[in-house]
Parts: sequence; structure tokens; C-alpha cells
Amino acid sequence: MADNGIGASVRRKEDNRFLLGKGNYTDDINVAGQTYAVFVRSPHAHATLDSIDTSAAQAAPGVLAVFTGDDLAADGIGPLICGVTVTSDDGEPHRAPMHPALAQGKVNYVGDHVAVVIAESLAQARDGAELVQVDYGVLPAVTDTATAADGSQQQIHEVAPDNMCFNWPFGDKEAVDAAFDAAHKVSTLDLINNRMVTNPMEPRAALGEYNSGSEEITLHLTTQNPHVHRLVLSAFNQLAPEHKLRVVGPDVGGGFGAKIFVYAEELVVGWACRKVNRPVKWTADRTEAFLADAHGRDHVATAEMAMDENGKFLAMRVNTRANLGAYLSTFGTMVPSYLYAFLLAGQYATPLIYSEVKAVFTNTAPVDASRGAGRPEATFLLERLVDVCAADMGLDPAEIRRRNFIPTDAFPYQTPVVQCYDSGDYHAALEKALSLADYEGFAARAEEARSRGKRRGIGLSSYVEACGIAPSAAVGQLGGGVGLWESAQVRFNPTGNVQVFTGTHSHGQGHETTFAQLVCDQLGVPIENIEVIHGDTAKTQFGMGTYGSRSLAVGGVAIAKACDKLIAKGKKIAAHALEAAEGDIEFADGSFAVAGTDKAMSIGEVAFNAYVPHSYPEGVEPGFDENAFFDPLNFSFPAGTHICEVEVDPDTGVVDIVRYSAVDDFGKLINPMIVEGQVHGGIAHGVGQALLECARYGDDGQLLTASYMDYAMPRADNLPSFDVDYAPTDPPDNPLGVKGCGEAGAIGAPPAVINAIVNALGVKHIDMPATPENVWRAAKSAA
Amino acid sequence: MYNFSYQKAASVDEAVAAMQAAEDGKFVAGGQTMLPTMKHRLASPSDVIDLGGIADLAGIAVDGDTVTIGAMTTHAAVAASAEVGETIPALAALAGNIGDPAVRNRGTLGGSIANNDPAADYPAALIGLGATVKTNRREIAAEDFFTGMFETALAEDELITAVSFPKPEVAAYMKFDNPASRYAIVGVFVAKTGAGIRIGVTGATTCAHRGKRLEQALGGELNAAAIDGVDLPVDKMNADMHASAEYRAHLVKVMTKRAIEACAA
Ligand SMILES: Cc1cc2nc3c(=O)[nH]c(=O)nc-3n(C[C@H](O)[C@H](O)[C@H](O)COP(=O)(O)OP(=O)(O)OC[C@H]3O[C@@H](n4cnc5c(N)ncnc54)[C@H](O)[C@@H]3O)c2cc1C
Repeated sequence: MADNGIGASVRRKEDNRFLLGKGNYTDDINVAGQTYAVFVRSPHAHATLDSIDTSAAQAAPGVLAVFTGDDLAADGIGPLICGVTVTSDDGEPHRAPMHPALAQGKVNYVGDHVAVVIAESLAQARDGAELVQVDYGVLPAVTDTATAADGSQQQIHEVAPDNMCFNWPFGDKEAVDAAFDAAHKVSTLDLINNRMVTNPMEPRAALGEYNSGSEEITLHLTTQNPHVHRLVLSAFNQLAPEHKLRVVGPDVGGGFGAKIFVYAEELVVGWACRKVNRPVKWTADRTEAFLADAHGRDHVATAEMAMDENGKFLAMRVNTRANLGAYLSTFGTMVPSYLYAFLLAGQYATPLIYSEVKAVFTNTAPVDASRGAGRPEATFLLERLVDVCAADMGLDPAEIRRRNFIPTDAFPYQTPVVQCYDSGDYHAALEKALSLADYEGFAARAEEARSRGKRRGIGLSSYVEACGIAPSAAVGQLGGGVGLWESAQVRFNPTGNVQVFTGTHSHGQGHETTFAQLVCDQLGVPIENIEVIHGDTAKTQFGMGTYGSRSLAVGGVAIAKACDKLIAKGKKIAAHALEAAEGDIEFADGSFAVAGTDKAMSIGEVAFNAYVPHSYPEGVEPGFDENAFFDPLNFSFPAGTHICEVEVDPDTGVVDIVRYSAVDDFGKLINPMIVEGQVHGGIAHGVGQALLECARYGDDGQLLTASYMDYAMPRADNLPSFDVDYAPTDPPDNPLGVKGCGEAGAIGAPPAVINAIVNALGVKHIDMPATPENVWRAAKSAA
Repeated sequence: MYNFSYQKAASVDEAVAAMQAAEDGKFVAGGQTMLPTMKHRLASPSDVIDLGGIADLAGIAVDGDTVTIGAMTTHAAVAASAEVGETIPALAALAGNIGDPAVRNRGTLGGSIANNDPAADYPAALIGLGATVKTNRREIAAEDFFTGMFETALAEDELITAVSFPKPEVAAYMKFDNPASRYAIVGVFVAKTGAGIRIGVTGATTCAHRGKRLEQALGGELNAAAIDGVDLPVDKMNADMHASAEYRAHLVKVMTKRAIEACAA
């Protein structure tokens, strides 16, 4: 292994610029002649737009233009699209209401886009926006996930009777019902999955520039997937042809899903810069981020498990209502369907599963993928239900899991919900986690806590998720509108240093280091001579971006394949130079050598020969620069067991996480330090959901948690020092042997935390977030 | 933010004169409350009069059993002050737990009490300790100073110059943090002086107040168990998404007991 190769905890190359304030984020970019956009947003959750008078705004100092939905429509721009089709139980595709980038006739959530004001300065644009006169005809608002589609509520969209987007049943209902009828015991649980604001540190921003000479638009965006943005903006929103549109995602300060989607502001800025023929910049303030970033989660569900007399799972039945918000965001339909129901088997050999998902419209911000996307919802439901099953059967939570795990020798394992798990050893992770958490010693610790007036609880969560989001064929079959492979280009320059172009995008994950380690390991080039380049459609040929923990498992493999091609070509070049047969050339540690001799040349020399091909093999193209694409055969299936131990103060309801042990299976680790960081961040995210975070709307559709004064994020003092370990298995379908790690913590943590609280209090269930007041009430009710 | 004119006063008199001359003036101290409000365009003063240049408004002095803290003294300075740490450690600890380091290094005692946020910490300490607010015109007992939600006894052009605190025998502050803002959902300041036990309560109601029912139950003794039987008026408590009135009333008692226990320890 090279010192900085696979398995080394190399310090992150990118941190130098991030920590010293030298990053280059969209809002840091300023260009000559730049103007500023401010959006007029609806203060009402649901209203008709009776009239918009822009004349005063247009006349205000510094204002260049005011545009409304009519202007966009006149130019044939938009509407925004949802890229994944879900077929409803009536055989029709999901109901897709028109989603104009600037409202037409009606607004459907607080923060909805009514008009945009472009001015010379930000202050002038703000002043202008205040002068836009809008007459609203206020309508009743629909906000409640559980009742939005029960016929009792105001209908929001003409195309969606009863506010239903789709009703999507999956599985063999009759067989499941029969199994329930014959069961020894049925356990049932009603639960919600709380709505989250995704909250990347950097708010969204866009800078559009139009070159009237080349008729090209350049859009700098806070994006996780520049090529996806370009594709959608070109093909579906008619912004500009793909070859006349360049999308750049420069440094991006976190995404967690919220920057996957194509948003109204991005399309409007791209269009407006051509319209006013001046660069236009928009940067969200934090309030806009709360109101108009896509939110995550927001399910209300009932889960039931049928068991035999030994606590073996016979069948599971799940009924879910998922809130999609006011409009369909780019992948909104996919999250509560394919990314959710297909994970409901979890780590268990439950033979029969039936799921019904009703996705509903409400007068709230659109809901889409947020770290984990569907899998946290599935995992929370399942892992909570399993603990209820254990209680109902009088079994230890670890024991009921052992009895139901998919056996280690059963992989590849076909679940009843589409996914076929390629690898895993759930027993190994569980046992390792139990010992890491000193599960045996818990009773004594609980006893000691009781003597101090505290209640201790311990909670398990054994999760599996599907990430490495790819197999294009599978995605296509499911109704996805895109391919989900990844591309890479590895280019040697004549002087021997290397540029790696990837279609993934790094917004905090450390790709510039991890991918350089891959190349360093494979090609033997010093890591400091390797530069990873991403995020610019003008530099990288194509790519699907970063989400679903896919960058290494898909994009990393593409890089490795490009390196393989370089090595194959290098052998030809070296064979010629060393006057040996190609078959006798061996490559190792950056050197091409003639087997059994001391004749060798470095890969740098080979690269130089390829660019200065004075003495060069016939029929071999000059240059040392290879492309590769990778489309895997399957998702990857990280899994693990997380164990949380809490101490509850029954007098106040405050929950203190005193111990947290995570044992994950991510396959092979390229950079263990970065992986551990991802685990830490993911767990923090999950703890945030379990204890603190919740986006709350009032009955009138006002977002009550529209700032950090009311929306509680996890902070260092909410978290313990984590104990992290691994129980890897080798995924046969991934050439690098890797699985994704970016979302696992956010998926595994919430049920571990809630199971621990429930265990401490001796109650059946507590909903997230388990706020001090809710915990205090639960403690009182149990006492 | 809307446009405003800015001036930096060199003395208390200059600041007051500027205020009197302004159409709709505002003093600015640390700006930690003022500036966010202005940025959100929720306030639009015609004139902003900066108190940051008035040297004699900042500083801490101990004279016998009285600690006097200038209005422009930052939370960080109070937290780090050896004098405050020796005479009223509970006050130093309270200041050291306001907001975050940026807020503590800019935010001031005068700004906090002039603003009188119902969830602010200092008002509980002023009431609990029986402090005196000094202005350019008069001295006001803490109990009379805090008059309602975001309201004080200050006149428009009246400037807080300092607050003087009597040194207690023992005191403690217990705060139950709002999980989001980390202001007080409930904060209780218990102080025992020669004159008896006083309790200041913040967060629970529209305005910080003296916990007279709690004081009565104690009957001059630092005995936490005596609080158990107290009935607090739930209908007077604040209620929001973070804590219902019932829960707040309960927390007042729990925090009071914990403050008493801390005093006794
Ligand atoms: C993120 C954050 C967290 C916070 N957390 C807490 C917390 O946990 N607990 C807490 O108690 N507070 C908290 N605060 C508030 C903080 O303590 C503020 O500093 C304080 O409320 C205002 O002080 P200032 O010096 O910044 O006043 P400014 O914002 O400058 O002024 C506030 C008001 O007081 C007036 N004023 C200022 N000085 C005087 C004076 N000498 N005489 C008359 N009027 C005056 C101003 O005109 C204005 O109306 C927090 C603030 C922030 C931003």
C-alpha cells in the first residue's frame, strides 16, 4: 500500500482552504456589472393571486426589471418538473400539478415565488420587492399530513382530487392478511416521522451570466449535481440548449440532499440574466432557506408485525401517509415510495410484506430527499416496531433481532420488497456492537443511575440501507427519468502530475482526498501530484452528482476503471521503450518493469513518452488520458447496529445521551478518518431528528420554526463521544469492495435514541422529537 | 436594513442630546438584539446613537458590599471579572452562559435589561439580588424597572448608566435552556442576603418577576422541600411550542429547588 493510498487516514487536502477562509462559494463570486435578485414571496399558505401591480417597484431607484409568472410563461420557460413516476392504484401516474417557477394565478405555500425584482444593489432590490403590490384571495390552508387527503380539507390542485398525489400499494396483500390471521401474536405501532429542514450551513445561491456573443449562459449554483441541473434546465425548463449552458457548482457548503433539486430561483436567475443582459446574483437569506428549501421526512404511519410463538416475523403490514408539500420537488415522489417501501425488510427475513403509501399535497414547502431519504423513515418505523414486538413477546431486543436476522450464509438475499442484498453479516455487527456498548453491564449502570434519581435506557437499531445510488436499469424500470451511472477521466499531464475529473460533486465529503488516495494507490503517483476536479459541466464530460452515498461506490469505481485503462496503455508504451513484449510488462508502485529484470520506467516517464511520442509503439494513440463510465449491477447495502444509552431526568424530561456505539459495515474503507467523520455527522443528524429538530407549521400554514430561535439543531453538548467500529463484509458486485457511508448515521441513529428513551421510561412509544416536555409527560404517565 | 443616520456619542450628555434631537432615535450598545431586528427590517430607527465610545459606561467596581457594573460592560467581561467572581459568583456564571462567545463579547448588561426580553437571564438576577438600575436621571429598584414584555420604566431619552448589586451571602441561578435559542425557557435566581431570601424568575411569564409565592413557602430557610407544596398560577405562564404553561410552572419549581440546593451546597 502506498503511504497515502487505500486505508490511510490522510488529512483532507481541501481543509486547508476551507479552514483558512479561502474557499470559493457561489456568493463569494462577484463579476463586473452584477445585479441582484430579490424574490417577492407569498406571506400566505394558500391564496389566489388576484392582481400583481409592479409599477411602483419598476419605478424605484436602481430597479432594472420586475418579472412575474406571466413573463416566464411568455418566454416558454418552465415549469419545474418531478423526474420520477409512481403509478397510483388506479393505474394512472401520480398526479403532477403544474409547478411554475413564478406563481401563476395561485400561491400554495408560505415562501412561494410571486415575482422577482432585479436591481443594481441588494438593498435596492429589497426596497423594490416591498413595492410590489399583490392582492391575495386567502384560502383555507391544508397542513396536516394525516388528514390532508381524507376528504375533509380544501383541495389545493385541480388535478389532485382530495389532495392525493398517489396511493401506491406494494406487496401481496392477501398473503399478508392471511399470515396476520394465522399469527400467534400481532404487534402494532402508530408513529410519525417528523418533518425536517435540511439546513446546510451555506444557504442556496445562484449567479447567472449571459454572454451575448456566444449566446451562452453560465450559472454558478449551490448544487450537488451540476450536470443534472444542466440537463433538467435545458431539456425540461427550456432555459438554453445543453451546449449553450454551463453549470458550475464551486465550493458548496453542505447539501445533505437540499441542493440536489432544481429550484425556482435557479431557473429564474438563469433566465433573467439573459433578459436584462447583466449578471444576476441571488443568495438566500436564512429565512428563505427555512421557507423555500425542500424539507425532508414528514410521514404518519401505522406498522404491524405478525409473529409466531417464538417471536419469528411472519409478515409485516405498513400504512403510510407521506406529505409531499405544495408541489412536487425534483425527486419528491421517489422518496416515500421506492426509497422507503423497498427498505422495509430491514435486516430481517420477514417473508411477506405489504405496504400502502398515500402521498398527499399540503400547503407547505415541497418535501424531497434529505440525508437518508426514505431509508431513515423505513428504518425508524421498522426498528421501533421490532422493539414493540420484543416487549410484546417478552424477549430481549437483541434476542428478537438475532432470531429474525437474515442468516449470514443466505446472501445474496432476495427480500420480498424488490431489493436483493448482495452481502452482509448482521449477527457480526450486532454482537460487536453489544460488546462495544457493554450491553451486559447495562443493568448495573441503570441501577446506579436510579440511585441518583435518573432513569437509564438502552436502545438498539439494526439498520440496512440501499445506497450507491445507481443501477440505471433498475432506476429506469422504477420510473426514474435518468441514468445513474458515473463517469471519470484521469489525465496525466506531460510533466507527470495527474488531474482526476469526476462527475460526482464534493460539498463536504472530502472527495478531493479520498479520490486522490484511490489514484495514488493504483498508479503510484504521490498524492500531492493529484488534483481532483469536479463541479463544472465545462470540465467534466458528464456525471450524475452526489447524493445517496454514491460517490465512492459508483464514481470511485469509474476512476479506478480509468486508471486501469491508463495502466493497460502504459504497458504498451513501456514495452516499446523497454524493448520487451507487452505481456512481460508488470505494473506496480508506479513503475512499469520487465518481469524478471531490473529494466523499468516510471509512470511519469511513460506519460512523458505519450505526449512526446518520438519513439512510440505503432498504432497507439498519443496522450495519456482516459475516460471511464461505471454503472453497477446493484445498489450497495451498508448495514450495522447502533446502540444508544441515555439518562433521562424525570423531573425535567431532559435526555442526556451518555454513550453511543456504532458498528457499521461499509465494506472497505479508503480513508478511515473521513469515514468516521461521516459517521459522526450522520449520528449527529439522527440525534437532531430524534431529540430536537422539527419543522412545525401552524394551522394557517405559517412556518412556526422559521429561524434558529425556534428550530433546534444538534450541538456538541447534545452529543457524547461516539464509539465507532466496523464489521465489514465484501460486496461482490462492487469492484472496489466499498459501500456508502454518508447517510448511515442519520438512518441508524433515530430509532436507537428513541428505543433507549422508551426503554428508560418503560413506555410503548414516544414520537420524535423527544423534547423535554414530551419526555417529562411520558415519564409522568409511566410513573 | 433601511437607511438611518449613525452617530457615535462621546458622553452620556451627548448621547441624550442626540436622542432628543432625533425623530425616532435608538441607542445601540452591543447591537446583538438591535442589529438583527434592523436587518430583518422589523425596526427602522431614523437615528442610531452608538454608546460604544462612552468610556465611563463600561467597567466593574466593588465598594464594600456593593458591586457596580457599567451599562456597557459586556457579558464576557462580567463572566471573566475576578471581582464579580468573588462577590457574586452566580452573576458571573449567569453572564458566562448567555448566548455564544460572539454574543457575550458584544452584548451588554445595559442592552439586555433595556430590551427586557421575557426570556433574558439578567432580569432574574437583578430582581433576585434586589439590584438598583442607575440612569442619567434617577435610580430605579429592579422590581420597578421591568414593567412588561419588552417594556421597562425607562423614558424614551433615558439612558442606563450602571447597575449596582448588593453582595449576597449566597446565590445561585438555574436556567432551563430553550433547546433552539438557548435563552431561558425558565430561569430562577435565588439569593440570600441579610434581609432574607429573594427569588427572581424569568422566562415563565411575560416579564421577569419576583417569585413571592416561592419566597413565602421558604420562610427564610434554604429548604428545597418547602417548594413542593407551592401552587403556581398556570394561567399566567407563557406557552409556546417549546413548553406549555403547565410544564413551565413545573419547571419554575424544579429550577427553584435546584437553585436552593446549589445555594446550600
Ligand atoms: C444568538 C443570540 C443568543 C442570545 N442568547 C441570550 C441568552 O441566552 N440570554 C440572554 O439573556 N440574552 C441572550 N441574547 C441577547 C443578548 O444578551 C443581547 O446582547 C442583549 O439582549 C442586548 O444587548 P446589546 O448590548 O446587544 O443591546 P443592543 O442590541 O445594542 O440594544 C438593545 C436595546 O437596548 C437599548 N439600549 C442599549 N443600551 C442601552 C442603555 N445603556 N440605556 C438605554 N437603552 C439601551 C437599545 O436602544 C435597544 O433598544 C442573545 C442574543 C443573540 C443574538
